[in-house]
Amino acid sequence: MDTTIRRLRRELFATPLDGLVSIALIALLLAAATAFLRWAFLQAEWAVIQANSTLFAVGRYPLEQQWRLWLLTALLAAATGLSWGLLRGLPHRGRLGRPWPLNDRLAALALATLALVIPAGLGLQPAIQLRWWLLTALLLGVRWAAGRWARLLPPALRRWIPLLWPVLYLLGMVLISGGLGLIQVGPSEWGGLLLTLVQASFAILLCFPLGILLALGRRSELPLLRWGSVLYIEFIRGAPLITLLFLGQNLLGFLLPGGMAPDRVWRAAWVLTLFAAAYVAEAVRAGLAAVPAGQLEAARTLGLPFPQALIHVVLPQALRVALPATVGQFISLLQDTTLLSLIGLLELLGTARAVMANPAFLGRNAEVYLVLAVLFWCCCAALGLGSRALETRLNPYTSTNATTATPAAPAQA
Amino acid sequence: MAVVVTPWWRNRRLIPWLVQGSVGLALLVLIAFLLGNLVRNLTAAGLLLSWGWLDNPAGFDISETLLPFDAGLPYWRALLAGLVNTLRVVLAGLVGATVLGTLVGVASFSGNGLLRRLARVYVELIRNIPLLLQLLFWYFVVFLALPGGAEAIQLPGVVLAKSGLYLGNPELVNGVWQAPLRLTVEFSALLTGLVVYTAAFIAEVVRGGVASVPGGQWEAARSLGFTPAMTLRRIVLPQALRVIVPALNSQYISLAKNSSLAVACGFTDLYSVAETTLNQTGRAVEVILILLGSYLLLDLLISALMNGLNGLVQLKER
Repeated sequence: MDTTIRRLRRELFATPLDGLVSIALIALLLAAATAFLRWAFLQAEWAVIQANSTLFAVGRYPLEQQWRLWLLTALLAAATGLSWGLLRGLPHRGRLGRPWPLNDRLAALALATLALVIPAGLGLQPAIQLRWWLLTALLLGVRWAAGRWARLLPPALRRWIPLLWPVLYLLGMVLISGGLGLIQVGPSEWGGLLLTLVQASFAILLCFPLGILLALGRRSELPLLRWGSVLYIEFIRGAPLITLLFLGQNLLGFLLPGGMAPDRVWRAAWVLTLFAAAYVAEAVRAGLAAVPAGQLEAARTLGLPFPQALIHVVLPQALRVALPATVGQFISLLQDTTLLSLIGLLELLGTARAVMANPAFLGRNAEVYLVLAVLFWCCCAALGLGSRALETRLNPYTSTNATTATPAAPAQA
Repeated sequence: MAVVVTPWWRNRRLIPWLVQGSVGLALLVLIAFLLGNLVRNLTAAGLLLSWGWLDNPAGFDISETLLPFDAGLPYWRALLAGLVNTLRVVLAGLVGATVLGTLVGVASFSGNGLLRRLARVYVELIRNIPLLLQLLFWYFVVFLALPGGAEAIQLPGVVLAKSGLYLGNPELVNGVWQAPLRLTVEFSALLTGLVVYTAAFIAEVVRGGVASVPGGQWEAARSLGFTPAMTLRRIVLPQALRVIVPALNSQYISLAKNSSLAVACGFTDLYSVAETTLNQTGRAVEVILILLGSYLLLDLLISALMNGLNGLVQLKER
């Protein structure tokens, strides 16, 4: 207790000026907090969110087909639980796997609380609330089982688990858009969070390999490849995204033979992909520059053909360096999907603006924007946290357990 | 004597040419395909590249301009007025974001724990929320909700009212505010949004720059009797600027590009005029060329200025 007071005193009241600044800031924060709480509980009308929750989530996706999205969410929850449990339950680089570390218990508790509080707070129908509880229970149940029995999984099978995600992605696209015996639901009927996530995930998945190719092209010794890549990257980076989206909507129809131009939603997805690829290329280029030239030379000297030397020696090191910047680009890509609302697509922000144009909800801007901001903030912060976790996991020099990381030292005892 | 003949697919001189040749051919075919379609489709639509329409009267009005403009003036004047509006908000934004960003960046080194944490919270909060959402928030939730007339928010030298921002000793005359300088609500919302957003990134740049100066520099200056403020100004900042200036360049360019989101605040910038022009004339290729060219020029201008500045702050070596 005494140390807390001393720390507070050192942090906040070290000098008279510091004390004044602290008191002013505390007063300001208190005033802001009371004003916000008063607004949130007395003035704000949250009915705009409650009444339109389905619209915000999936847009005008046909009601009788929405079971497909619930099924997809359930599959995603199960896959998340499985991956989470295996990551924690299996030993990795000197760290012993444990079924339930303290952090995970806290995360599970937080998740369960959110699953209880948010649907109830939004005033969703009881049946839908129940579905969200079941989904959370599924996630945590699979997480528990995977953590418990992770070691019993044969190693040959474990290697294939990551492949679950691309398979699930393809399956998800089929579930969303139809085909294979399901009724077609065209992109014009997707909306809200669903459209935002489809656009962002499509662009993120495709811009990464494209960006790597462009970065390699930019560092190539062949002048045509180098100048081609430079021209593309600088052209894209010199233009605002909104002008490129505008170009995609207005010019693509002229650039392709009649009828070949894709639907407006996919046009935007391709523009986002090609846009993000230029920025990812710059991140990867910085990573490539950080790999000493001797690495490639050594690999070539050992007889590895050039493509293999790139894939097995240079790229793994370069991508590890480029990871934080690349994830930073993914985060801004997720934020950039909001620009689609300016070209008339009904993604999350577009849906919000359409809802607020409804006379029944006129002037409820603050409530809607606040909810969207919280949603985006959580998604982006989670991506950033994940990137930092991946960074420490991939970094060979930050292993916590010394048994595998340190080179063999001469015996001392 | 046995002569070892290298097969052609391992020939170190041939392979690069083969690779480049095939890539070049593919690119050429792609470009020819796209351009061919473009010319064919434009001819069919009767929209082949021409610039004569720029002299036709625009027929739409622009709510706020520095250059005099009305609906009877030609399209090129409208586009020029839009460009001037863009330049105006970019210039003001650069100054504002630099000042706010530097303050927040320096605050993250403050001895005051609360101030330090607030600076972090500011950066983390702003960077993880899309700019467009922030601009809409500033415009619809903050600036459009300002009270008007006598209830307007009055600060020393500034009045925030529904009808705009009044600077320089505003006075209420017959229920209408009068001041030497009036900024519209649209401009103010856009400027605030851009400044607050970009400042978060600049704060990170400044923080990184100051952190890159070794701690020994602070200690050495302190032991020579420098005050903390003098240490920052004379010792740390000149060294930090070498790291900060190149990184600022890309932040300034993003601010210039982000100004194209002005349409969210109802401010008529270059993009907004171009959109209206395209909708009226259908001249997609020309309008997009003008748009891309203008933003490219703006980027190059900022880069050139920042490169000049960079030359000033870099270490002079013989």
